[in-house]
Amino acid sequence: MSELAIVAESVLQALSAGLLIGCIYGLMCLGLSLIFGIMRVINFAQGEFLMLGMYFAFYAMAAFGALGILGPLVGPFVAALLAAPALFVFGYLLHLLLVRRVTGVRAVGTEGEGHYAQLILTLGISLIVANGSLVAFGSFPQVVKTPLSSTAWELGPLYGDFVLVFVNQARAWSSLVSIAAAIGLVLFMSRSALGKSLLAAADNPEAAIYMGIDVDRAHRIAFAIGTAVTAVAGGLVATYYPFQPYVGIEFVIIMYAGVVLGGIGSVSGAFLGGLSIGLVQQLSTLVLPIQLQNAAIFVMFLLVVMFRPHGLFGRSAERT
Amino acid sequence: MGDRQSLNRSLTAIGVFVVVYVLVVLLIDNSYYRLMLTLVPIWATLGLAWNLFSGYSGLVSFGHASFFGLGAYTATLLQIHFDVTFWFGIPCGMLVGGLAGLVIGWPTFRLQGVYFALAMLAYPLAFLYLFEWLGYQEVSLPMKRENAAYYMQFDDQRAYIALTLGLMTTAMLISLFVEHSRFGLSLVAIKQNELAAEGVGIDTKRWKLLAIVLSGTIAAAAGGLYAKVLLVVTPPTVFGMITSAQALIVTLFGGVGTFWGPVIGAGFLIPLAEILHGEFGHILPGIQGVTFGIAIVIVIMLAPEGVFWKVRDRFRLGEGKAEPAPGFTAAELAPPPDRAVTSGQTVLDVGGVSKRFGGLLALNQVTFQVKAGEILGIIGPNGAGKTTLFNVLNGYYPPSEGGVRFLEQDLLGLKPNRVCRLGIGRTFQIVRAFPRLNVLQNVVVGAFVRAENDRAARRMAEAAVARVGLGGSRLKQAGGLTTKELRLMELARAIAPRPTLLLLDEPLAGLGHEEVEELFPILQRLRAEGITIVIIEHTMQAMVRLVDRMVVLDHGMVIAQGAPAAVTRDPAVIEAYLGKKWAAHAQN
Repeated sequence: MSELAIVAESVLQALSAGLLIGCIYGLMCLGLSLIFGIMRVINFAQGEFLMLGMYFAFYAMAAFGALGILGPLVGPFVAALLAAPALFVFGYLLHLLLVRRVTGVRAVGTEGEGHYAQLILTLGISLIVANGSLVAFGSFPQVVKTPLSSTAWELGPLYGDFVLVFVNQARAWSSLVSIAAAIGLVLFMSRSALGKSLLAAADNPEAAIYMGIDVDRAHRIAFAIGTAVTAVAGGLVATYYPFQPYVGIEFVIIMYAGVVLGGIGSVSGAFLGGLSIGLVQQLSTLVLPIQLQNAAIFVMFLLVVMFRPHGLFGRSAERT
Repeated sequence: MGDRQSLNRSLTAIGVFVVVYVLVVLLIDNSYYRLMLTLVPIWATLGLAWNLFSGYSGLVSFGHASFFGLGAYTATLLQIHFDVTFWFGIPCGMLVGGLAGLVIGWPTFRLQGVYFALAMLAYPLAFLYLFEWLGYQEVSLPMKRENAAYYMQFDDQRAYIALTLGLMTTAMLISLFVEHSRFGLSLVAIKQNELAAEGVGIDTKRWKLLAIVLSGTIAAAAGGLYAKVLLVVTPPTVFGMITSAQALIVTLFGGVGTFWGPVIGAGFLIPLAEILHGEFGHILPGIQGVTFGIAIVIVIMLAPEGVFWKVRDRFRLGEGKAEPAPGFTAAELAPPPDRAVTSGQTVLDVGGVSKRFGGLLALNQVTFQVKAGEILGIIGPNGAGKTTLFNVLNGYYPPSEGGVRFLEQDLLGLKPNRVCRLGIGRTFQIVRAFPRLNVLQNVVVGAFVRAENDRAARRMAEAAVARVGLGGSRLKQAGGLTTKELRLMELARAIAPRPTLLLLDEPLAGLGHEEVEELFPILQRLRAEGITIVIIEHTMQAMVRLVDRMVVLDHGMVIAQGAPAAVTRDPAVIEAYLGKKWAAHAQN
């Protein structure tokens, strides 16, 4: 096999992995974009929501296994989707009890529009949830078991007898579920009356009040949806990535990088942002040792916020 | 403010605190509690470092673990690889920490608010992966049998307590002196209103860099001692999120913006978390993190300023006594001799200035001159481009075309603080005060530009406050002033460094008729004392009585200039203000 074929094969391999993982990242970014991009709530605990989604899927799968209802093929994806209602309730209550005190109309006009308080409050929540999960779930790394994780489709040979690309089936199905969920969410937000009123309330709370929208409730629902969406993405990640209670911090940067890259305030942009981050992460493995792939994301995040604070796809919405 | 008295009081309090701490150490001989007494000052020091930067400047750093970890690893690796003692290794670590502050701060200060906080979070995490990749997952310090003290290794735990206590006390003293200097006041001004700080001549970037370098140095020292006390360093313990979080949490809990905050916070939270961990750690492994999380949630809900301020507000024993305002000589009021101007000389030369925002032409070929000793009015309807013009003159925006010369010096490309330094003072349409500082402190911040030292700055501020007639309200908090007092305070802040030229952006806005009458004589007196004034207004009436000359702007263009009487009869001006119909009326 020629040198070129080897290079082509590893590039294609990284590209396909990046696209698949990127779709899942896109979905988790979508969740954050509702909370941070549109409502402008700085949520530090978003990574922990993702982690809770992972554990939910894990335990739901264990329960299915015991009941023998769903097979190991469909089960993990159903479990991931079931994380949505559970974490919706969690996000709803969290907003009701804590987050609403430092966000929304109340935060307008306070120091930095309440961002300072939000950062610190959600840092506290993130510490409690992550360490509380350590108590509840233990520190042993887990993974949602499915035979799909170890099976792959073979594409190719694309060039003569060479250039085979392996597509991991767990990732492939996860990314398909992500795309479907993302499309569903975008349609819901842009078409349904509830979705539109949520967007309006989140975007400009003061104006929405005068349009007769119950802004507090709208914020709660939007926050809960953002939590649920990220948790579903967590359940999907869990099918191919071993996790423990402190896993959230690795993803929180990925999510912020994706949302900023996609342009703050743009829901579909956030998905594309997440997709780009996935591609960068996987392509970086071509030139960097694998332990540094997360470091590559952090560097990319820094470059994005410094040089493209309005995102690659976003328009310059505000003048600084 | 730099009151000697309160400085002395704080020094005494620190002294008493150290003595009490030492007594407690002498009373306890349980090694577990002694370890706790060693750790409290380390985390308090990290908190002090965080407070020195984030607490005073208001830029939230989620990344102080970077400096802590670099300090720990530098000293540790120097001993492991080169057999260098910690006595030398820790200072090396501090150097690395300070340097990291510079390297991290320089690019990251481009970011605002939340983006800054998030970016700071990324640095320690990147370090974490980097050090794991380099193969330093767990580095243990070997026991030294010979020359133990040379390697900073002691049998008596109390020696370590002495070291960490010494470091914490040093950090407290540094914080105290920063609080009482122009450094601290500049940082506080940046925290309250960065644009205004820049506008009164504070070089914001320089102070922020200085703060993060100093902060990084202190945090690195804490990290070095931490490595020595625990004898083992791993990337998650020194670069992990919980380390950055602890710096922030002990400070927020105890109180932001005071050196007592981190000490109170660490003194309470570290023992609490350690004891809970000791009691329940085997069944509840994450109990420490949960404790810190709950502590910070409670604080942000109930006392977002922290324990220190809450308690102090409760036991507040009346404000400081007002000292009599000092008197001033004429020489102290005039512009400094190096910038003296002769009457009639051109002070400001605006040549063909245009400014575009995307497709909008906000200023179009604006040309006019300002002569020494005059009061020039720039008037025009709302949206005529008046404030944009000031922002260009002032350095907030670069002009798209044309140039501005001030006393033969080109202002192109100068930042607002540089423009201010040259002798151009400015007030804002919406008053940009530092609300938590009192009137005098607000004005002192403005005086730093020209003052050789803090004492001179204070005297210049007193003079400026007296000149605008605010002497009686000198010690009131700016947050509680009336609109008129705020306007006067901002005026005092602008004249404190004794500028040659004063740019006033709608100083009459929001004032009643009588208040306007009170302001006029003050402005006329300032002019008599040698300050050239350019004033923006949109109401013609008031201006006609005040100014010597007028420049009328409409849609970004100069449509008329000259003496008020002539300008008000100019048909183009009447049309701009009242529309075509009235222009015809006025002609008849």
